[in-house]
Amino acid sequence: MATAVADRLQASFSQPVRLAVGGVGAVLVLSGCLLPWATFFFGFPGKVTLAGFPGGSRLYPLLLAAVAPLLAVSVEGRRRAGLAAAWGIVGITAFNIAAIGFGRSLPLGLLEERGGGGLGAVAIGAWLTLAGGALLVAAFASLRADDERPFHPRLPAPLELLAIAFSLGLILFAVVIALEVDETSRFISLVAFITVASMALARLGVFTYVTDLFDRHRTVTLAAAAVAAVVFPFTQGGNAYWIRVFASIGVFAAAAIGLNVVVGLAGLLDLGYIAFFGVGAYVGALFAGAARTTVHVKLPFLVVVVMGAVIAGLFGVIIGAPTLRLRGDYLAIVTLGFGEIFRILAFNFDWLTRGPNGISGVPDLAIGGYNFGATNEVLGFSLPGFANYYFVELILLAVVILAFTRLNDSRIGRAWIAIREDETAAAAMGINTYRLKMLAFGIGAFMAGAAGTVNSHVTTQVSPDSYGFLESILLLAAVVLGGMGTIGGALLGSAALFIVPEKLRSFQDKRLLLFGIALIVIIRFRPEGIVANRRRQAELHDGDPSSGDASGAPPGAAVVGAVSR
Amino acid sequence: MSVSVSTDAAPPVLEARGVTKVFGGLTAVDGVDLEVGEREIVGLIGPNGAGKTTFFNCLTGMETPTSGRISYRGRALSAKPHRVTESGLARTFQNIRLFPNMTALENVLVGRHCRTSQGVLSALGRGPRYKREEAEGRARALELLEFVGMARHAETLARNLPYGDQRRLEIARALATDPGLLLLDEPTAGMNPQETASAMQLVRRIREQGLAIVVIEHDMRFIFSLCDRVAVLVQGQKLVEGTASEVQQDPRVVEAYLGKPADDG
Repeated sequence: MATAVADRLQASFSQPVRLAVGGVGAVLVLSGCLLPWATFFFGFPGKVTLAGFPGGSRLYPLLLAAVAPLLAVSVEGRRRAGLAAAWGIVGITAFNIAAIGFGRSLPLGLLEERGGGGLGAVAIGAWLTLAGGALLVAAFASLRADDERPFHPRLPAPLELLAIAFSLGLILFAVVIALEVDETSRFISLVAFITVASMALARLGVFTYVTDLFDRHRTVTLAAAAVAAVVFPFTQGGNAYWIRVFASIGVFAAAAIGLNVVVGLAGLLDLGYIAFFGVGAYVGALFAGAARTTVHVKLPFLVVVVMGAVIAGLFGVIIGAPTLRLRGDYLAIVTLGFGEIFRILAFNFDWLTRGPNGISGVPDLAIGGYNFGATNEVLGFSLPGFANYYFVELILLAVVILAFTRLNDSRIGRAWIAIREDETAAAAMGINTYRLKMLAFGIGAFMAGAAGTVNSHVTTQVSPDSYGFLESILLLAAVVLGGMGTIGGALLGSAALFIVPEKLRSFQDKRLLLFGIALIVIIRFRPEGIVANRRRQAELHDGDPSSGDASGAPPGAAVVGAVSR
Repeated sequence: MSVSVSTDAAPPVLEARGVTKVFGGLTAVDGVDLEVGEREIVGLIGPNGAGKTTFFNCLTGMETPTSGRISYRGRALSAKPHRVTESGLARTFQNIRLFPNMTALENVLVGRHCRTSQGVLSALGRGPRYKREEAEGRARALELLEFVGMARHAETLARNLPYGDQRRLEIARALATDPGLLLLDEPTAGMNPQETASAMQLVRRIREQGLAIVVIEHDMRFIFSLCDRVAVLVQGQKLVEGTASEVQQDPRVVEAYLGKPADDG
């Protein structure tokens, strides 16, 4: 409906009228965000009763109003970008009006901790912002879509490097800010803001530009990303909480990249993948000298990591040998069964796994007499002990990422992709499909095993329930949500999997419901995942002029086809 | 592509004896014999459902024949598709089966798979041997794309190629496996006359490289002007085999395609 209204407005105003409407809208939003949004204080987060500064969720409409100047400059994609931002202002404001007025009675116990008082509690600032947002929608909707010139900034090399540093700094800054947002209503507003802001930037071609930039300066980007990742613990002021969460994200991301080899590259749907992670975790816990264990042998950490990875890899091959003769749905069902078998064995092999009690009291790592649990002082910054594990994760993740990228672009990787694309044709081209599928299974399991051993130290205990069907599905969902076959997708998906539930504490038991809804929305509107595989992106904009008259399927169908495969 | 000079004593490139394939109660291929000599182009024709593609599938290990013997240059062929390709048989498919989301170059590189050997460790280590093999593979793939006339499409995704180019890419991919015998399953299906003519040129050039070719085709002009020998398959059995003119004049072939003439006496 919203798009229908917007379409009717297309090319309806003259430029002066449009500028006037948009200008008034922008002024309304700016002033509305500086005025109070609630008439009296009742504990609604973000000091929304105070005037003169954009506290709480008021910040987001204010930032989104920055698209207004696009009305005056002709740039490709500005209509769609402006509409995204303007609808974002309307949406975020409307949500906050609802939260301030009726927070307690919203469905699903959305904001059970606060809100109430009816519309009388909503102050003038919120209404002004809403009105301003609507005017901006109208102004952008009145633009003609084809009245735009492409925008290809070309900067000298030093400035490009600066742009990379700036982009990564912005990401780190956004992460740090986002982690400090504690209240549910503010977090939802923030997620909405990030979504529409990214949509606006993507439609203006900024993302394409930045990715291209990252591509052309790979080494610099990688180095800068590494620096940003290393700097993160120093931004936490000695607080271990988020460092701990990020360490978990790192472990899961490493496992997700392993799963990406199996699902994303070779196209084998594995629904029991978490079992390999579990094998690694058990090996890690058993040989680490845990307090309550059945194996009273303590081996050096590096040996245990390799051992966990190798044993998990062997399990992968053992499970793969009979199952990989199957294809598609049958393979998925059988792997699901094997995943359950692992969990049930872990429950019942008391002599090894201590059954449902699990292995607990896994000690802190100690390499060469250095205890990883200790707090450190580095350059005047206090680093909690957990930062050590965070750095171990970083190293693990770096190794896994390097392995994935190198395999992806190699003879083996091409064979995997060929098998995913058309197994029969791959066999006819001389590829031993069975052996290569087994290899993919084994390598995926190997990576999961390595991640699992490290994770046993992060969680300090290992029990069968952590490696059930649900965990396999969540990991798979993280890969699909983030973008199949990409590193960024696995990272982002794992991060979403961990951060969002942490933030939406008041949702607790509805967490999976939300995750499910998010998954449906993503698959419907962006089937290639948040971070698209270049292969799939190339399908969408294949700029080869000589193939312009190709009789191939339309791009939309191509994406759906690629994902449903 | 190296050419081994055939002598009288040398075994034929392909020798199929009594190849039979039974699906349940249906005998799709029934005791077919076929021999292909060095640098020979053999046509395989027959009405729809005659078992031509099933015969190809038996040759390439995609179906296991119920009975019969197949050998390539005197050596029995394995029943596994990738082994057959390693031995030196390569094929294309009736309904194009490229890897749609890979570029043309990558498609051809996949064809190089069985002639290269770099494994996981060397892919991770990226030593000099890995780099050399990768570079050689790329050079060879580009050469093959050039050969079929689509070097400028090297970076285009296979799915975005025009139909005729997709057919040619499939041939380039098959050639990348360094075959001695190429099996083409309806290479000109859906092509216009110009495209068919250039496909014919391409098949001739492939033969000049020293390959033997078996081609299934419904386009009779294509078959009769290209093939040294033509075999006609009807209901799984080989009806006639001979030169183009012999087959053309054989009343049984006409009957197989058009049915018995009505008695006009």
